[in-house]
Amino acid sequence: MEKIWLIIQREYNTRVRKKSFLIVSLLAPLLLAATSLIIAKLNAPGSADEVAVYDESGLGLMARLTSTDDTRFVPATGSSSAAATAAFKKSKPKQAALLVFSKDFSLDTTEGVQLLANGNMSLKRQVNIRKAVNKAVGELKLTRSGLNQTTIDNLKADVNLKAVDLSQQGGRENNAGLTTATAYALSILVYMFIFIYGVQVMRGVAEEKSNRIMEVMVSSVKPFELMMGKILGIGGVVLTQFAIWLTLSYAVTTLVGPLLLKNDKAPVATTATVKTQPAAPASAAAADTAPAAPADQPSTPPSLWGVLEGLPIGSILGGFLFFFLGGYLLYSSLFAAIGAAVDDQTDAQQFMFPVTIPLILSYIASITVVINGDPNGPLAFWLSMIPLTSPIAMVMRLPFGVPLWQLLLSGVFLIGGFILATWIAGRIYRVGILMYGKKVTYGELSRWMFYKG
Amino acid sequence: MSTILQAIDVRKAYAAHTALNGVSLEIPTGSIFGLLGPNGAGKTSLIRIITQITGADSGEIRFRGEKLNPSHIAQIGYLPEERGLYKKMRVGEQLLYLARLKGLSKADATDRIKQWIDRLDLRPWVSKNVEDLSKGMQQKVQFIATVLHEPSLIILDEPFSGFDPINANLIKDEILALRERGTTIIFSTHRMESVEELCDNIALINRSNKVLDGPVRQIRDAFKTNTYEVEGKGRLMVIHPDFEVLEHKERENDHFYDRIRLHNGTTPNDLLRYLIGNVEVQAFRELIPSINEIFIRRVQETMPETLETANALL
Repeated sequence: MEKIWLIIQREYNTRVRKKSFLIVSLLAPLLLAATSLIIAKLNAPGSADEVAVYDESGLGLMARLTSTDDTRFVPATGSSSAAATAAFKKSKPKQAALLVFSKDFSLDTTEGVQLLANGNMSLKRQVNIRKAVNKAVGELKLTRSGLNQTTIDNLKADVNLKAVDLSQQGGRENNAGLTTATAYALSILVYMFIFIYGVQVMRGVAEEKSNRIMEVMVSSVKPFELMMGKILGIGGVVLTQFAIWLTLSYAVTTLVGPLLLKNDKAPVATTATVKTQPAAPASAAAADTAPAAPADQPSTPPSLWGVLEGLPIGSILGGFLFFFLGGYLLYSSLFAAIGAAVDDQTDAQQFMFPVTIPLILSYIASITVVINGDPNGPLAFWLSMIPLTSPIAMVMRLPFGVPLWQLLLSGVFLIGGFILATWIAGRIYRVGILMYGKKVTYGELSRWMFYKG
Repeated sequence: MSTILQAIDVRKAYAAHTALNGVSLEIPTGSIFGLLGPNGAGKTSLIRIITQITGADSGEIRFRGEKLNPSHIAQIGYLPEERGLYKKMRVGEQLLYLARLKGLSKADATDRIKQWIDRLDLRPWVSKNVEDLSKGMQQKVQFIATVLHEPSLIILDEPFSGFDPINANLIKDEILALRERGTTIIFSTHRMESVEELCDNIALINRSNKVLDGPVRQIRDAFKTNTYEVEGKGRLMVIHPDFEVLEHKERENDHFYDRIRLHNGTTPNDLLRYLIGNVEVQAFRELIPSINEIFIRRVQETMPETLETANALL
């Protein structure tokens, strides 16, 4: 046990003392913060699409089209549709689209509307315009059927649907966007960290082998101790890096955030920051103190703060740590076995493939699950039970709330999977580290597992 | 003389071949023991069993009479044939790390590292990374790492391969000094001539089998062929039934070189007397077989079918 501790210390110290570690630890959160601020600025509202409308139908549809934050309707210039088209093409500043109601547009068939654009149009724009047109035509139809405008206005229902999560104490207000963003961020983090540091374990083992220090080492310590020492030491490096990132993100968003956000619309910027950083409370707090935050925004910072508090933060952090560490231990022991089995890095590729497949697969599947919005469905459930996929899948589910029994069951499976993986890896490692100049095949590897002593 | 290490009928087989086929050995305490044989004979397999890197399929190793167990690891120092160090680690730190893995306390290890560093003139290199050292320097560091924990048994696999002559001599002197203090040393090598003058005892291994072992002097005596080398001046014509001329060379200026074997209990003095009567003797010495020659003869006797490969590998 004492020896393992020595090995852990060495692995940890040599890595943490490297300049590159310091640079990555310090720069990464700054870069993330900078990127998210840029994204926030670019996404800031105020640049509504201008859509020119040319109406030949004589139905007065132009007057009925209501502009929104996203889309602004203006009458097209020109006395014919061709002239309007020409004017649209030369429009400055560029108009997003030209909407043409032709002469034979009829309310019954609703045919004869064209949307012209320079190049392809995003789906979101099309949907926005279609909504506005539908609304205008619908209202016109209602008027024609004898209802007066006041009645129509009274009939309009603009329901503000508030999703409330009952599983939370006191029934917290739910914000699907934030929950989804957190789920994304967490699973990306787990995926990235397992991959990056798993490969580091593999490199470390391969390096010991090619340095020819392996035999000196295993005459002092058991191969299994050597392997676990390396895995745990590098695991410590990951946690250190993680702690630094969290602290720095907090500091950056608290101190620098308000200054940069001063003249922006705070809530949007805040949401963007949350998407890329798990240290969301900090940025929310930062937005809270931003003096220029307009008070009439629909979602004001305090309510965002509330939502974040509404997320199961405790179980997210605890679960994240557990599943990340479990996944790291499982995968890195497999990576260690690969490093031990091959003579040089290029040979490692063929063996890395089957190990990375479940990792990538669970990542993609998790994203699909989030997009489909079914974080408690059968696919999500099974992915979060299988040890190879559960580190990512379960962490993705955490913000949505996972029943305790599932967490426990998956945790037990993960521990079991980890023990099995280290056992297999340990067997391969033990033989592989002293094997030089031999082209290793899968058959060979499976035989190694059953070598005696 | 007590025995520090005893191997009893040790067997080890890998998937495709047998590495050790019932090898038994006894290594006397405080001696230098040569484990000799061609590449692939099974030497490294035996050493890896002694250092507990692998286990034997059957048979037993006894260290000071006890069955080999992990508590003995700290008493064995091993310099493998495949040797290396962590390149990006400082010399001092690396030595400390390796010593502590052998169970030394930090204070003890630091003390001893200081002593060795001074002894082998490595002081200016202590805080340099290993990769900045010359190969010779690295070899010194490697040697220190092997002996730092003052093991009672040191195993050196192909010890002089890769060492430059100056370092090789330095290491030889250190090894002899260690033996003076009672340390037992095992040399494992296929270059028999490199260690034969150092070894007290040897074991010859060929094709997973021990073919011969014992004290070097005894083995040599046993393989002596009563052959003498003679150089001198004059015309030598041996016509004596007990003196068999194995080789005769005429050289310029009436000189000659002969190899002569004695038969029927005749002594070297008899031969000398016979020669002095005929020619002027300038050199006369007994031909003692080298370990190499003994090995080949032994293999020829016991496993003639493997002679060709053994020869090729030597």
